[in-house]
Amino acid sequence: MMSESLVMDAPLTAADGVPLAVKLKRQARLKQLKALGLIAPLALFLLLTFLLPIGLLLKRSVDNPEVVSVLPQTSRLLADWDQRGLPSEAVFNALAADLTRAREEKTVPELAKRLNMEISGFRSLIQRTARKMPLELAPGASVRDRFIEIDERWGDPDHWHAIARNAKSWTPYYVYSALDLRETKSGTPELAPEEERAFLKIFGRTLWMSLWVTIWCIALGYPIAYWLATLPKRQSNLLMILVLLPFWTSVLVRVAAWIVLLQSEGLINRALMGLGVIDSPLPLAFNRMGVYIAMVHILLPFIILPTYSVMKSIPATYMRAAISLGDHPFAAFWKIYFPQTVAGVAAGALLVFIMCIGYYITPALLGGPEEQMVSYFVAFYTNVTINWGMAAALGSLLLVATMTLYAVYSKLVGANRLSLG
Amino acid sequence: MSIAPPSQDVLVSFRAVQKSYDGESLIVKNLDLDIRRGEFLTLLGPSGSGKTTCLMMLAGFETPTHGEIRLEDRLLNNVPPHKRDIGMVFQNYALFPHMTVAENLAYPLTIRKLSKSEIAEKVKKALGMVKLDNFGHRYPGQLSGGQQQRVALARALVFNPKLVLMDEPLGALDKQLREHMQLEIKHIHESLGVTVVYVTHDQSEALTMSDRVAVFKDGIIQQIDAANVLYEAPANSFVANFIGENNTLAGEVLAAEGDYYAVRLAGGDVVRALAVCPSDKGAVTSMSIRPERVRLADQAAGCENRLAGRLAEFIYFGDHVRLRLEVAGQNGFMVKVPVGQLDSGWRVGDTLDVGWSARDLRALDPLAA
Ligand SMILES: Nc1ncnc2c1ncn2[C@@H]1O[C@H](COP(=O)(O)OP(=O)(O)OP(=O)(O)O)[C@@H](O)[C@H]1O
Ligand SMILES: [Mg+2]
Repeated sequence: MMSESLVMDAPLTAADGVPLAVKLKRQARLKQLKALGLIAPLALFLLLTFLLPIGLLLKRSVDNPEVVSVLPQTSRLLADWDQRGLPSEAVFNALAADLTRAREEKTVPELAKRLNMEISGFRSLIQRTARKMPLELAPGASVRDRFIEIDERWGDPDHWHAIARNAKSWTPYYVYSALDLRETKSGTPELAPEEERAFLKIFGRTLWMSLWVTIWCIALGYPIAYWLATLPKRQSNLLMILVLLPFWTSVLVRVAAWIVLLQSEGLINRALMGLGVIDSPLPLAFNRMGVYIAMVHILLPFIILPTYSVMKSIPATYMRAAISLGDHPFAAFWKIYFPQTVAGVAAGALLVFIMCIGYYITPALLGGPEEQMVSYFVAFYTNVTINWGMAAALGSLLLVATMTLYAVYSKLVGANRLSLG
Repeated sequence: MSIAPPSQDVLVSFRAVQKSYDGESLIVKNLDLDIRRGEFLTLLGPSGSGKTTCLMMLAGFETPTHGEIRLEDRLLNNVPPHKRDIGMVFQNYALFPHMTVAENLAYPLTIRKLSKSEIAEKVKKALGMVKLDNFGHRYPGQLSGGQQQRVALARALVFNPKLVLMDEPLGALDKQLREHMQLEIKHIHESLGVTVVYVTHDQSEALTMSDRVAVFKDGIIQQIDAANVLYEAPANSFVANFIGENNTLAGEVLAAEGDYYAVRLAGGDVVRALAVCPSDKGAVTSMSIRPERVRLADQAAGCENRLAGRLAEFIYFGDHVRLRLEVAGQNGFMVKVPVGQLDSGWRVGDTLDVGWSARDLRALDPLAA
């Protein structure tokens, strides 16, 4: 007994006297380094093509370069402003100098556009003032008074607060706006007034529609996957081709095909009317119904494939064992087969849901204004109004939603059981 | 070996059962089989001979194309598998991976609506029976192959079925563990008195475990008997070759003498062989003799059948030595000699007397000329 416990207590050493644990760790580190070296090119590629753009996107959503770069002197002085009353004569002086330079460098519109987001009418104020630059002043006259003479809004502290708020190179403005928040004077966010809110509803709609598409995909995809997994090989190959067929054409073509089928003069409505089932065409396209039908159709393979791959790996003997133990086949399916497929279904559902919340083309083409999802507004801000800040903020929030979902998923199912292959 | 006496009552009977999967070939041909209550019956046969098919028809996962299967006089043909009350052990164990061992064992009991305390007690007893008392909370994935095998066994027995089917349950285990489990299954069978139908294509497994063995070939039972009868008195050359080792000699039947035939071998020697299958005079018959029944040199002196054989090879097996001889123009004739009876003077190339008693040479199927 004694000698045994002694042996147990002494740290084990390798033949050369180095403690075994240290030696093991050293070997493991070497292996890790080698592995790291092997994946380095891929990691670099991922970094440049994937992580870097995402990083830039995140930065864009809080980026605020206009005021700082167009009004450098003013910005510097406003940083020390006590925010009470109007700024000092020196600040007005600096503004005059900055605007003069901005006029020469033709950067005024940039500034005007940015400040107009804060207070509407700011654009005309800036442009009118800039046109008066450089100021011709009688000696000893106050610059401040001259500014107020040009436009009395320069005497309104709110306009100065707006400039001061943006005299930093980053801003929460876009993220707040994307969440229907606005910044109060003290800098804390508050909910925007009812009539100005828009994006919370759109986010809610995006999640809600994605949820329904996912539910329909599960409801339709599970039986198909089961069918695929149980059919004899030849038939299942044929069915698999049918499942994958949609991938052979572009999403655009598929959506166009659905429009042809679903519109009020479309095939389905005409067939139903021809059969006398309905008198007037059913509203199937350009509403939520149409969006659901097309999105479920497009995303169905993404839930079928992971579910099928999990089902394929479950031997038939499990069900036979349960039945031989006396369970009714339906009960056995539910108690034995279904739990083993949950990981695959969850992986597919997650995939579908994540793809849904970023979906653009189908709602844009097959939906009405009430079906547009967040991506539509990302496109709107990038293509129509060229507001990169808003586009990036909406995009970042989508990214956050996706990451949150994944975190919840891995907590519930365990990321190690995620298998898409 | 406890051989079930013929008077014992019949639990399961197959009557004229046929099975075809494709409508072209019969996988099971006209099977008549009685399984006696409490016996350990093994279905033995080469791969593809229809053993699993028979088992699946009994379990209800396949339907016979023709014929009847009865369990205690109840016609099973239209009873769905979950109402048959037959325990099953699968080759891949089929333990439910998302349930613990205890939950796996409780599964059939919960379906039968036993009370919680009854279930707990039965699960505990079943775990004790397979010596896994402390493993109830583990998941199947955390057990070794042998342990999983025991759980599968316990699960098939825990609800006291009248009949337990096992389809190559030990196929995935290594040799040593397999031999250990063979004994364990046999002991459990003896202590519970349950009827077991066991499928294997390992003949030594069949011989050590079973009360009776049914030898299958191409969907037909070739012989069904106790292990020792199968070995000592095979009914045809397939059984003789399939079970144990066997020397085959061919010869022309010269005359019938009571239960024996006089047969002329290829080399011209005439031997006497027990007439198992009827053969016409002049027909060529195949005869079988076990390697350990052959006597050599001085020991062959008193034998009815005596020939000369030339020693071709010694093969050492530890407890015995096998000698390969050329006998009657055939050079694959094996003889088993215990190490103690080996004459150290024998050399390859020597000619020895080879002999056996006429009772041990069995004239089986006539050979098509
Ligand atoms: N579901 C099935 N459909 C078609 N043919 C089958 C099916 N199951 C078995 N067979 C065929 O029936 C024959 C007998 O199969 P079976 O599984 O009964 O053999 P076995 O004796 O159990 O063989 P093994 O020792 O290899 O398990 C084989 O030729 C097999 O190809
Ligand atoms: Mg088989």
